[in-house]
Amino acid sequence: MIVVDLLRRDLALALRRPGTLALPVLFFVLVAALFPFAVGPDARLLSRIAPGVVWVAALLASLLPVETLVEPDRADGTLDQVVTRGIALEVWAAARLVAHWLGFAVPLLLALPVAGILLGVPFAVLGQIALGLLLGTPALAALALLAASLTAGLRGGGALAGLIALPLALPVLIFGVGVGGDGALKLLAASSLVLVALAPFAAAAALRSTD
Amino acid sequence: MPSPSPTLTATDLACDRGGRRVFEGVSFTLAAGEALQVEGPNGAGKSSLMRLLGGLLEPAAGTIDNPFRVAWAGHEVALKPGVSLADEMAHWARLDGATAAAVAAALDAFALTPLAALPAGILSSGQRRRASLARTMASGAELWLLDEPGVGLDTASLGLLAAAIAGHRARGGLVVAVTHAAIGIDNPRVLRLGA
Repeated sequence: MIVVDLLRRDLALALRRPGTLALPVLFFVLVAALFPFAVGPDARLLSRIAPGVVWVAALLASLLPVETLVEPDRADGTLDQVVTRGIALEVWAAARLVAHWLGFAVPLLLALPVAGILLGVPFAVLGQIALGLLLGTPALAALALLAASLTAGLRGGGALAGLIALPLALPVLIFGVGVGGDGALKLLAASSLVLVALAPFAAAAALRSTD
Repeated sequence: MPSPSPTLTATDLACDRGGRRVFEGVSFTLAAGEALQVEGPNGAGKSSLMRLLGGLLEPAAGTIDNPFRVAWAGHEVALKPGVSLADEMAHWARLDGATAAAVAAALDAFALTPLAALPAGILSSGQRRRASLARTMASGAELWLLDEPGVGLDTASLGLLAAAIAGHRARGGLVVAVTHAAIGIDNPRVLRLGA
């Protein structure tokens, strides 16, 4: 299947640059480590704001690779090769979305216990945060892909992509931080589903219109 | 009555870029085994015409009837720097459903076999151009769209390109090539843009 071939290629390329994979995770852990210094070592306060901190850190980490998500493939002619083969850009975008999620969310979840310790999060709460991130990170990956597609070909597109994605991520952030509450988990999953379903079409439309 | 053999037919094509009409009224027909050489000054819309034919742009007016599979060799060669030439070829061959034998033959036809294990990033621009042409050849597509395929090629490589094009046409393939200098296409149809 073509989408599997494209995904396999994306993952192979990602594994060639383990540094690029490690960057968002290190960033995530460092942001988590900054907070105890910034707000003081008050364990109660830290564990109370921890879910919010983790989510903001995850959101920023998802945007770190935004400049390398679409633009290199547009600039080096890869997208032309894909389109002239009769492969829909939507299919390419779906593969890239899955690859981006695997490349940033999975390492991030693995690093979550480290961030949890730095913020003094109790183990039970950490499980809840992990579940929320598992459901919510596909939405963050979708937004990053969308923003990257909209800004592909623009100078300084990376910064602009951040400005586009951050406001759109607000619902995900709100539901994600509220995961303990009633229905938040379902709403989080629903926003993820909607964004993941729409992003490949929106990304493909954006890429077509820049041509 | 024998069924008519399929042709690439462009009718009254017009192209707009950036709100400006680049060309209009371009029509041609290309049958199996034929080659079309697109000529014209800079900015005449040669690359835009290629993008129309490749389905990368929508024509502002006119229609393209293309029953053939397309292989694209544009200005950008679409090679990832860290990946070996062999892996690059294998990736696109998987998408094309091309065999390993076809890839090996294409690498050989452009004298790239000794370079196959090298990462694409250290290849020279001429070698990268040859790799892009080898990918075109390996794809097995009937219609080759070549945008300035001779750029950066040395005399020997230009000979390989001419031989590859001749072989493709002999097997019933079609070629549309943008070119400034003659690249040894035998008896081409010529389309002049911006005249």
